[in-house]
Amino acid sequence: MKLFFLTIMNGLTLAALYFLVASGFTLVFGLMRNVNLAHGSLYLLGAYIGFAVQELTGSWVLAAGAGFFSMAILGLLMQVCIFRHMEGQELRQTLVTIGISIILADFMLAVWGGETYQFELPDMLYGITRLPVIKIYTTYRLFILGTAVVIGLLLWFFLNRTQVGMKIRAGVADKDMLAATGVNVHRLFAIVFAIGAGLAGFAGVVGGSALSISPGEDLRYLLASLVVVIVGGMGSVGGAALGALLIGLAEQFGLAYSPTYGVVYTFIIMVLALAFRPQGFFGGKA
Amino acid sequence: MTMQAIQPPGVANDRAIAVKYILLITFLLIYPWVASPFWIVQIGAQTLVLGIIALSLTFLAGYGGMVSFAQLSVAGCAGYMTAILGFNSANLGMGWHWGPAILAAIAIAVIFGTIIGILSVRTEGIYTIMITLAISVGFFYFVRQNYPIFNGWTGFSGLAPPVIAGLNLRDPIPFYYLCLVFAALAYFAVVYMGRSTFGLALQGIRDNDRRMRALGFNVIAHRIFAYSIAALIASLGGILMVWLNGRISSGTVGVGPTIDILIISVVGGLGHPIGAFIGSILFTLLENFAVDLVARERFNMLIGAVFLIIVLFSPDGILGLWQKVKEGLQKRTI
Repeated sequence: MKLFFLTIMNGLTLAALYFLVASGFTLVFGLMRNVNLAHGSLYLLGAYIGFAVQELTGSWVLAAGAGFFSMAILGLLMQVCIFRHMEGQELRQTLVTIGISIILADFMLAVWGGETYQFELPDMLYGITRLPVIKIYTTYRLFILGTAVVIGLLLWFFLNRTQVGMKIRAGVADKDMLAATGVNVHRLFAIVFAIGAGLAGFAGVVGGSALSISPGEDLRYLLASLVVVIVGGMGSVGGAALGALLIGLAEQFGLAYSPTYGVVYTFIIMVLALAFRPQGFFGGKA
Repeated sequence: MTMQAIQPPGVANDRAIAVKYILLITFLLIYPWVASPFWIVQIGAQTLVLGIIALSLTFLAGYGGMVSFAQLSVAGCAGYMTAILGFNSANLGMGWHWGPAILAAIAIAVIFGTIIGILSVRTEGIYTIMITLAISVGFFYFVRQNYPIFNGWTGFSGLAPPVIAGLNLRDPIPFYYLCLVFAALAYFAVVYMGRSTFGLALQGIRDNDRRMRALGFNVIAHRIFAYSIAALIASLGGILMVWLNGRISSGTVGVGPTIDILIISVVGGLGHPIGAFIGSILFTLLENFAVDLVARERFNMLIGAVFLIIVLFSPDGILGLWQKVKEGLQKRTI
């Protein structure tokens, strides 16, 4: 029983992390039809930059901020300098993101090497919290859960209650019509790309603090984002939340009850989702 | 990315093309007698093997408009099956004779490829990339963690091509010719298929699937069959690949090599089957001689940059670049 609840908690925190990464991925995809395969690289680069900032300043909060803003700027540059010039050419954009991810991965290997880094947590988040049933649980993991909920609510508020957010949703539904009504879609694209990339960088610091940062993590989170978004529906933040929940729980239950094939369960969920609902749970028609 | 329809050559062009083919074939046949074993195997055979696998992707993407990341997984599946059904040094092989082992390996890989096709044709365009990438990474994690069948992380080693009638196919020159024969078979099969009824229908589906559906073509069946054909080509490449390397492990089907195949196809040019081999020559040469250009560790940076530049400036790869240069020169002379 304790194992069961512990697995649920672990699944939820992992889902929270996946949601942070995948929500940016799905937003960018939904609006621009750009499958950003460099999303995992943004996650890892954000984590490394956050780590460097923490080394310098000793502040975890600054590190998280640096992770967000550095990647937001990089995302903005990518959109303005590259993707803007190849709009509508989905395959080409995707290939470009692959090129960028290869170069970034090698760049990170050159600068930070193959070692594993660990963030130092602020005292407040360090240690354990007493909970019913499972007795004790790492405070930091509860913090991740809370952060994801807050970010999710902020995103919901941003998308549903602000003007920019409404424009973004309108763009996801029908980009051309939105442009025809006089909205500057390029600015919208830039904003969304910056937010999406920034969230990946922020998730890098948050996730890197829970686990660790090392080469190869970029791929892990890229795969997680892909599956989450395929399952949840592309372009939907709610879908990303549901997909993240399913995948996070499946992975942790797989790990707890049949350790060898943890990854295979995520895969089975994806195949089932594709077989019965190819556009994902919350996805509209492509 | 725009992909030009592959048009059958006009009559006037036929002779020029025939001459080019004869020159190329002569060169490829003479090559092993003048080159050193390193150039025959590490460059020559490697180029041909990677080219065959990339060709399967070029076929899918160029004719079918479906960019699949899972072609190396299919090739790897065939390679693994050759190792498991035949002999390997871990004594985990089932010890079949090489003939049935290869046939079974190809059959299993084709079934695997067809299943991937069935899964991914439900979605289109950019979604195909995401799904096939997820499948290929899933396959990688699966073989890495499965010890009973795939021997996990270590995989299998001690794999060698058979000795047929006293001819050891492992020797550089026979092995090179073996690869050459299969590369040529695959190449001409793809070129032929491009002009066959099936190939034309597939290109029609690539350009406008709704219209083809309205004309009464079974779009889904055509796409799935294209995946099966591509799997057949990839499985040939996969078997040659394990014979070339003498080993196969989870790393062989990892994400790095998977992306390498995509790079080869795209850099060469998805518009024509020969692009796969052109990309493969460039890739193999860079891989072996990048040490002299940049530090060995920075090979990925170099290949990534080459790939990025090609994608940014020439969507049709090196072939497209060559076409542009030729057109530019012609304009100047007029």
